[in-house]
Order: sequence, then structure tokens, then C-alpha cells
Amino acid sequence: MNVAFFFEVLIGGLLAGVMYSLVALGFVLIYKASGVFNFAQGAMVFLAALTFVSILKMGINFWLALVITLGVMVVLGIGIEKIVLRPLVNQPPITLFMATIGLTFVLEGLSQLVWGSQPHGLELGIPDVPMEWLSQKWNINVSQFELFAAGVAGAMVAGLALFFQYTRIGRALRAVADDHQAALAVGIPLKHIWAIVWAVAGFVALVAGLMWGARNGVQFALTFIALKALPVLILGGFESVPGAIIGGLIIGASEKLAEVYVGPMVGGGIESWFAYVIALMFLLVRPQGLFGEKIIDRV
Amino acid sequence: MKHSTLALAIVASAGFSAGALAQAKEQFVPHSYYWVGPFAASGSGIAGGAIDYLNMLNERDGGVNGVKFTGEKCETEYNNARGVECYERTKKHPPTGATLVHPLSTGITYSLIEKGTADKIPIVSVGYGRTDAADGRIFPYIFPLITNYWSQNTAKIKFIGMREGGMDKLKGKKIVNLYHDSAYGKETLPVLEAQAKMYGFALTNIAVPNPGNEQQAQWLQIRQIQPDWVILRGWGVMNPTAIKAAQRAGYPRDKILGVWWSGSEEDVIPAGDAAKGYIAAAFNVSGTNYPVIQDIMKHLYAKGKGEMDDKSRIGSAYYNRGVVFSIITSEAVRKAQTRFGKGQSMTGEQVRWGLENLTIDDAYLKKLGATGFMQPLKVSCLDHEGGGAVKFQQWDGKQWKVITDWIASDQKLVRPMIEASAAQYAKEKGITPRDCSKEN
Amino acid sequence: MLYREAGQFKSTYAEDQQIFPIRQDRIAVAALLLVAFIVVPLLANQYWLSAILTPFLIFALATLGLNILTGYAGQLSLGTAAFMAVGAFMAYNFVLRMPWLGVIPSFILAGVCAAAVGIVFGLPSLRIKGFYLAVATLACQFFVLWAIQRIGWITNYSASGVITAQKIVILGYVFDTPARKYVLTLAIVAVMALLAKNLMRSETGRAFMAVRDMDVAASVIGIPMMKTKLLAFAISSFYCGVAGALFAYTYLGTVEPEAFTLDLSFRILFMVIIGGVGSILGSFLGAAFIVLLPIFLSVLFGAISHASGMEISHAVVSNLELIIFGALIVFFLIVEPHGLARLWQIAKEKLRLWPFPH
Repeated sequence: MNVAFFFEVLIGGLLAGVMYSLVALGFVLIYKASGVFNFAQGAMVFLAALTFVSILKMGINFWLALVITLGVMVVLGIGIEKIVLRPLVNQPPITLFMATIGLTFVLEGLSQLVWGSQPHGLELGIPDVPMEWLSQKWNINVSQFELFAAGVAGAMVAGLALFFQYTRIGRALRAVADDHQAALAVGIPLKHIWAIVWAVAGFVALVAGLMWGARNGVQFALTFIALKALPVLILGGFESVPGAIIGGLIIGASEKLAEVYVGPMVGGGIESWFAYVIALMFLLVRPQGLFGEKIIDRV
Repeated sequence: MKHSTLALAIVASAGFSAGALAQAKEQFVPHSYYWVGPFAASGSGIAGGAIDYLNMLNERDGGVNGVKFTGEKCETEYNNARGVECYERTKKHPPTGATLVHPLSTGITYSLIEKGTADKIPIVSVGYGRTDAADGRIFPYIFPLITNYWSQNTAKIKFIGMREGGMDKLKGKKIVNLYHDSAYGKETLPVLEAQAKMYGFALTNIAVPNPGNEQQAQWLQIRQIQPDWVILRGWGVMNPTAIKAAQRAGYPRDKILGVWWSGSEEDVIPAGDAAKGYIAAAFNVSGTNYPVIQDIMKHLYAKGKGEMDDKSRIGSAYYNRGVVFSIITSEAVRKAQTRFGKGQSMTGEQVRWGLENLTIDDAYLKKLGATGFMQPLKVSCLDHEGGGAVKFQQWDGKQWKVITDWIASDQKLVRPMIEASAAQYAKEKGITPRDCSKEN
Repeated sequence: MLYREAGQFKSTYAEDQQIFPIRQDRIAVAALLLVAFIVVPLLANQYWLSAILTPFLIFALATLGLNILTGYAGQLSLGTAAFMAVGAFMAYNFVLRMPWLGVIPSFILAGVCAAAVGIVFGLPSLRIKGFYLAVATLACQFFVLWAIQRIGWITNYSASGVITAQKIVILGYVFDTPARKYVLTLAIVAVMALLAKNLMRSETGRAFMAVRDMDVAASVIGIPMMKTKLLAFAISSFYCGVAGALFAYTYLGTVEPEAFTLDLSFRILFMVIIGGVGSILGSFLGAAFIVLLPIFLSVLFGAISHASGMEISHAVVSNLELIIFGALIVFFLIVEPHGLARLWQIAKEKLRLWPFPH
């Protein structure tokens, strides 16, 4: 058993897990504030990445394109909240969930209708090559880009944590997540808060889209990223931001370790279900996820 | 509105099959491809090429001996059920039903094998589909033309042998087969195992779960194995992800050999600079410098009638592949007309004969304006593949550069395997193989 | 005025407990079955039989299965396609290896295998609820597909993993034309729908509904949780397994694991929601809606582009179809969240008074 190789797999897994968390964060934000499991997050990631890349290709400066795309995502988020979710306000969660799946089709079709179906590459200036000195010294390959992505994710989580903890809007968001009725009673404008949450989720989708687009190329398969984020969500709990990160780390590491060490014994390809089974195991011990809110049934 | 449209569809599809409108002089070709979803880039490119070539023939030559091509587009979304529905909807279209069908999906091809045979409509799967259908005695209506997965695989091993300095140098070398975990991906496992035994190289098969946008674990395994070559049998997003993951793992891209469904612009551009040096197989080439493409530009796009919105995609590997599909369609119709009536609309059964007796040699290619564009073809009752050779091209960051000539496949190895597999199918289904010597 | 039950008296308990207590309903259903079994196969053309009616019936059966689990028992499941896959592949294996069994018993055994898989993957439902359960069933979905691809025995060691279904021969009678396959499918689906309806009216059904509404209260009054939940998974998976077997034998003719992806599970869940959660009729209505909608859109756009003579790139058309499909789903959910079955109920209520206003 090569120890250096084990660490390489472990670190690679942890970093991949951080990438999953990036996507899971968007889910968590929306679920926390409005109780909707937004399956369309994957399509939003794709739309953000595709819009950004297409605007870049039109020759516009990188930062300006970023701002424009952010604007598009914010408008989209607010629009979704107004057109799709507000009419469905008191429906059972499964209806809302199905509505977001319908929304996924709309967003997927819209992205390819407006920007075409060609895949694009995305360069963020950080090459996806192993770090030289780690590679030379200990024969461990750790990608520079993944470290950068981990840094971005960390910064975003820290920023979100500060936002929720220390700003007025952040506190209002937490109040809404806790109890809609009570928040209304205290005078918090619910509709504005929901609009803000969706806008922030759009921003998170943009960052996730940039990271994943740079990693794998911007093409339709980005929408499947949502499926990678789901086990992270159930392990960490649907409503918890630290849960998304911890869940991501656990899922990423265990998935990669299993695929490398256990996979060859059973024919490989176990990554497709391993993450889900791990999350399932955790759920059997804690049915609401590691950091999720306990489900209290009132009879 | 719903009722009247559907009633119209019933009437249209039920009433016209008797061929009563003999004076229509049209040849209907269904275009059931995919323009949405994860494979939309490839599907729309191939569809564009296929539709454009037939339209160009209409414009330039008035069709084939005066019979113009008509078509209907149907979205299959790369989904078996939709593919079957598109097939059923278009198979009885006037005047003579569907000429032939290009399913552009191995799954849909499998679903249509029995239906096409029962309905007497040829199913043409150029470069994909059911490999053992190359034995035309058992699959009279199925044509895996030009080259199939097994043939291509042997050509790839030959190429590796070439690069290593001879087939005998393969002994002891390590080759990893990184494949998409699907029916398509698994097709070449038996032929690779057979070749590993024959040439003595160590083969490791590593599966990538669908859709393949996460390959870190697989490439870490590859890093451990340190193979001499990696064969990439991917599809869609798996391809650029693999190339990028190879860069991350520090594996040289010019030792990665992709199949022809991993060897197009759409597969390498998202990987950016990481893809420089990557080699892929191809049974058709990219580029606009061929008379066929020039004619399409002249007769269609100059008049604003082309299929592709984005003109830069003309000449891409997938677009040209679509053109090859339609060259086969039109020349099969032409051949059928030599026997069943020049200037008449051909039925599927007649076009089947045309396909089975289709010979496109170098002189013919020159007449078509496709020299070097596609390989010579010789289809027969026994051999529904007809070609078997591939070229290899290398991506230099901006375009594909052809680096070999046509490399033939190892039919001595492949053909017995095909015949064995086809015989098993015949036994299961109770099909008596045709006697090719009795056919003309 | 026409649709009223005045004057229809019940004199036995059996009459009182009929599925269709109103005579007009019985006549309508009898007429519908007559048309479906006799008139349609004689008159409908092959396209309708093999590309629309047969898949509609098969998906209706799968929707029935999911409705039993999600609509009646309240356990949200996204693994429907995996159960269909188990049914399809196991039916193939039974017919291949035990041809003396016959096709129908093979289907039934395939359903039983699917039920066994359903029980195993339903075990988490004893601990987990709601969306967490849905995502946990995804584990089932992905694992089953992986297992089918890995275990060569299941696909008879075919190189590509694609299997072709054998001919259906029942008592010497070959079912190979679209009309015959349609009638066979219709017969199986009709019988199973009747069974499902009666099951849901029985004690088991009431136990399911109690678990759905408030499972803690249900267990307090003595309904055994484990048995009920696992039974729901078993029955639901049985239905989905038979639907999968029919999918392979009477519809596509071949099966590969890629035909049973998560996409299919979502589609069937759509059929449940749009048809009406917890309604047998709703399963059929939802299946009809989702099966017909893409085809309708495709034909509509074809007609528009023909009529207007415009040359729209097909990429635009296809993407528009997708957008409109999604938008219609969302619109439908907003307008009638209880589904088509509710619309039908409202129609029947209004029909009782018609032509009088009140």
C-alpha cells in the first residue's frame, strides 16, 4: 500500500467534495429560506456558465461579463420566485419539487435555445496541472485548480456565514427560515426576502458554474452536477450550510477512496451509487442528516 | 385542434401506403436525430450535414435521376422510446414510405432491428450500432456500414503497434481501456481481450459511470498503473473531462487514443489547451476543402438555404459525418434505381438491394467529390460493413491533423467473432441464414 | 339530468360496495372496455397501436405502481425506473432459462423479483421520511442499474448488455403483430388496475392511507408500520416490474439499462402528480397526458412550419418543445395541483346537475 498514493486519493477526494459542496450550497440556501427543494439548481448552474462563456466569446471583458451574468442570474432568480413559486405557496412539498423539475426543462431548453448547443471551454487563468513542488517532493499530484476552487468555496462559505450572522438582511433570512409566520408577525417582508434568497442562490450557481465549467468544460452535462450534490445534501442535512461543506468532504473522500481501492474488485464504476449508499447509511443513524433540523411529528 | 391534427395524421399515415401516387417522383427520407439534450452538439452537427447534402443534390442535380429528396425531421432526444415513435410516425410517409433510417444511437438501432426487418426498411448505422449485423446473411436489413466498433478497435491496436515499432513490440506493454459504462462502452471488451491474448499486452478495463463528468478516481488508478497507452472510449462530456483529468494526473495526451465518437471538435474544445496532442480515430475527416462541402456552400448557403445556423460548424467532424450518411443514402437509391427503374421512387426493399450491392471505389469517390473525405466502400450480402478502415488524426489546439493513411482492420480476427455472435442471435430467434450465393 | 343516481336502489351489500355504484358509470366503463378491446385493434392503424396506445398502457401501469406507493402510502420514491428494469431483465431471464413456465407466469415471477428488490430498498423508509427518503431511493435507482451492467448473468453475457426480448407465445398463440401486443398489454393492465382499485378499497388500502396521513397516529391505533410500509413497496414494485417486463416485450422489443434512467423515474412521477395523487383513474389520465404531450407538440410544430413555409432550424423547434413541455407542467401544477383526476371529479359533479344550473 503506497502511502503517498493514498494521500493523493484522499486529498483529491476532499477537493472534489468541496466542488460538490459548491453546488449543494445553492440547494441549501433556497431550502432554508423557502422550504423548496429546488431541483432546477443544476440547470441554473448550466445557464450561468453558458451565459458567462457566451458573453465572453462576444468579446466582452472578463469582469464585465461576470457582472452581466450575475445580473441575469439575479433577475432569473427573482423571476422564478415570482412566476413559479408564489402561486404554489401552500402546496405540499412534492408539488413544489415537481414544479422545479418542470422548471429544469424550461431552463435547459432556454439555455440551448439562446446560446446554442456547442460545448465551450472556460479558462479562468489557473491551469489544471499538478502543483510542482508537491509532485517533485512527495510524488503527490494535487491540482492547482482544485486548490483554487477550494479556496473560492471557503471564501464563499465564510462570506455567506458573515452575511447571515452580521447583516440585517442575513438575520431576516434566518428568521424566515425558522418560522415564516413569526417572521411576518415581526414585520419582515417575506416576498422581498424570498427574492433576495433566490438572487443569492443565483450567485452561488454562477460561482459553481464557473468552477465546474473550468474543470470539465461548459456543456449540457453540467446539469447533472445536481445529482452529485444530492448525496451531499442528505448527508449534511437540507438546511445546513456547514452540513453542505462537511457532507461534501465526507462524500468526496469516501467516494474516491472506494472507487480506487474497492472498485477494481467489483468491476469498477461504483461511483454512481456509492455516494448515495454512504448518505443512506448516515441517514439510518441520523434520519435528518448530520446537521439537519430534527423532524418533529405532531400527532 | 389536437383532434384534427391527430386525425390528419391517422388519415395520412393509413391511407397512402399503396403507392397510388406513382407520379410523385419523390424519395422520402426521415431525419430522426436529436437537437436537444446532452448530445445535442453532435446530433445537430450530423443532422445538419445529412440534411444539407440531400438538399444540395436536389438543388444541383434535381435529386437522383430526377427524383428529389423530401424529408421530415423528428426529435428523438437520444431516447429509445422517442426513437421508436419517430420511426413509426415516419415509416409509411408517401410516396414509398421511409427510404432508410439512420437512428444515430446504438440503443435506438437495437430497438429498430426487428421492426425494420418486419417493415422492410433498411436500418443503417454508420460507425455504431449492432456490430454482428455485419453478417448480412442473418441481418438482411441492418447495415453497420463503413466500419464497426470491433473493426475499429483492431485498427487502433495496429496503430499502437505502429507507434511502438511493430506488432511484436506490443508484448508486455500496458494498455488501459477507459470506457463509458453503457452498452456502447462495453461493446469492445471481448475484442480487446482477444487481442490482448494474441499480442501479449496487459489490458486493464476501467469503467466511467454515466455521464462521465467525474473521473478523478479513474485517472488516479491510471496513474498507478502507468500504462503505455490509454484507449478512450467515451461519449459526450466524458471526453473533455477525461482529457482534463489526464492533464491533472500528468498523463501525456499524445498517448491517449480516442474512438471516433471521442474525436470531434466538440470533444476537445471544452478541454482547451489540455487537448493538444490527443489522437483520435476517424472514418471521415474534418475540413471544408472537399468538393462536396464546397458544393454545399455554393448551392445552399450562398442562397441562404442551409441547415446550420452557425456556419463555422460546417466542415466539423460531425457535420462531415452527416454528409457521409447522406452520400450513402443517395448512392444506395441511385444503385437501386439501376435495377428497379431509373427515375422512379424506390421502396425500402429496393433500397436494401441497393445498399447490399453498393460499391464506391476511388473513381466513384472522385466523381462524388469525396476523395479522401470518406473511404472506399464495398458492401455485399455477406459483408454489411463494407469498409473497415480508419484514419487517425491529432488535435493541435486549433484543428484536427490527419496523421496516418487508411489503416485496415484485422478482419481475420473480427469476422469469426462477428459470425459466431450472429449465429447465436439466429439460433435464439430461429432465423435461417440466407444463402448469399443464391442472391443476385 | 341524465347522470343521476335517483331511482337506483341497492338491495344487497355487494351492490352497495360496487366500484361503480351508478348505472351510467357501469354502462360507460363497459362501453369503454368494449371499444378498447374490440374496436381499437380492428380500426386503429399501426402507428397508434405501437407508438401511442401500448406505451400509454405500460406507463399507466407503472404510474399505478408509483401511485400506490407515493399517492396512497405516502412514501416518496424516485426508484421506479430501477424496479421496471428489474422486471424487464428478470422476465427475459425467466423466459430464457425456464421456457416451460410460459410468458405470463414469467411476467408474474419477474414482478415478484422486483417486489423483493423493492422490499430491500424500502427498508430505509422505516427510519427516513419525506425528501430524505426520495433521495435515498435514488441509491436504489443507481445501484440496480450498476448491478445489471456488472452481473453478466443477467444479460446472458451479451457483449453490449443489450438484450432482445423473445417472441411472446401463450398456449401456442403468437403475439407478434402490434394489435395482438396491444390487446395482451390491455388485458394485463386492465386486470391489474382492477386489482389495485379493489386493494385500495380494502383494509390494506386504508392502512396505507393512514400511514400516509399520519404514521405515528396509525401505529398508535395498531397498524403495523414495518409490515404496511414494506407491503406498499412490495406491491408498488410488483406493478412497476410487470410494467417493465411489458415495456421490453410488447413495446420496444429490446432492453438496455440506459432505457431505465432517472429521467424515466421523473417522468412517471410527473404522471402521478399530474394525473392526481392517490387516484387510480388519475394514473391513466396522467400517463395519457405525458405520453401524448411531446408527440402533440412535435406534430404541432411540424404543422406550423409546413403551413407557414418558414424554415426554422430544428434545434430551435426542439428546444421550444422542451420549454413548452416544462412550462405546461408548471402551469398545470399551478392551475390544478390535485391533478386531472380532480378535474374529472369536478366534471362529474357538474354533470349531475346538467343541464340545470343548480
